[in-house]
Amino acid sequence: MLEEQDIRAFVYGTTCYFEVAAQQAASVGSPYLVTQGAPEIHDYTGVISVSGRRNGIVYFSAPRGMLTVLLMKMNESNVSHEYMCDLVGEVANTIAGNVRRDFGKDFAISVPTVVTGEGKTVELPAGSRPVVIPINWRSHVAKLVVCLK
Amino acid sequence: MAANARAPRSPLKLLIVDDSNVIRRRIERCQQTEHLQVVGLAANGVEAIEVFRRTAPDVVTMDITMPQMDGIECVERLVAIKPDVLILIISALADKATAVEAMEKGANGFLNKPFSDRQLNEALEELIGGA
Repeated sequence: MLEEQDIRAFVYGTTCYFEVAAQQAASVGSPYLVTQGAPEIHDYTGVISVSGRRNGIVYFSAPRGMLTVLLMKMNESNVSHEYMCDLVGEVANTIAGNVRRDFGKDFAISVPTVVTGEGKTVELPAGSRPVVIPINWRSHVAKLVVCLK
Repeated sequence: MAANARAPRSPLKLLIVDDSNVIRRRIERCQQTEHLQVVGLAANGVEAIEVFRRTAPDVVTMDITMPQMDGIECVERLVAIKPDVLILIISALADKATAVEAMEKGANGFLNKPFSDRQLNEALEELIGGA
């Protein structure tokens, strides 16, 4: 079960990502626990598997529009499907990697896998309960889902 | 955290290693130091060694979490090939133990992702001693 300080580490990682990479802060909504099923995902979702001190997954899910602007803010003119997939995986990887500042080296993370298509769900580890961290950036809404045991 | 400072006369050759195409292109585009010239790009450690042997770079930016061969192992192998290569780790892994491990394997600097253009250029300038 995630503790408040664990969630705070992910919130900090998320805000830090947008502040530095996109030079524009995101506002992070109140995290909430999903008690039934899995949260629906947006157009692009980067999934990181976690092992070691914690087990489970962390995923960042965003609509195409947000990723397009994010790429443009990085001065990237290529906003193709391939680059959307690349970016969403990189965001998930960066946020998950940054929490090792708090969790330590035993918080092992995988390379990202990417799921595309809105309205789907990501398979969660059995018996786990995901925490959703809503992310508002410009006019776009995304989410970070942390599902760890 | 650069260790091997030196004053370059002609541009040093730079190899960029990261499994993200977006990040590779960003580093290539953002690095503005006149002391560096990009000679190669690689998406994992195995590819990096192949490009390294072919292009003999002086400076490498290296991700850690990559498929096939991670950046820590790759650093060790590159240093074995060319002991005076300058390696800047650019990684999301923000714990001190990982930075220490990378330095022990032969890396010369460490920059955390996410990074700004200014942070990247400062880290590269510090690495090559051109600041």
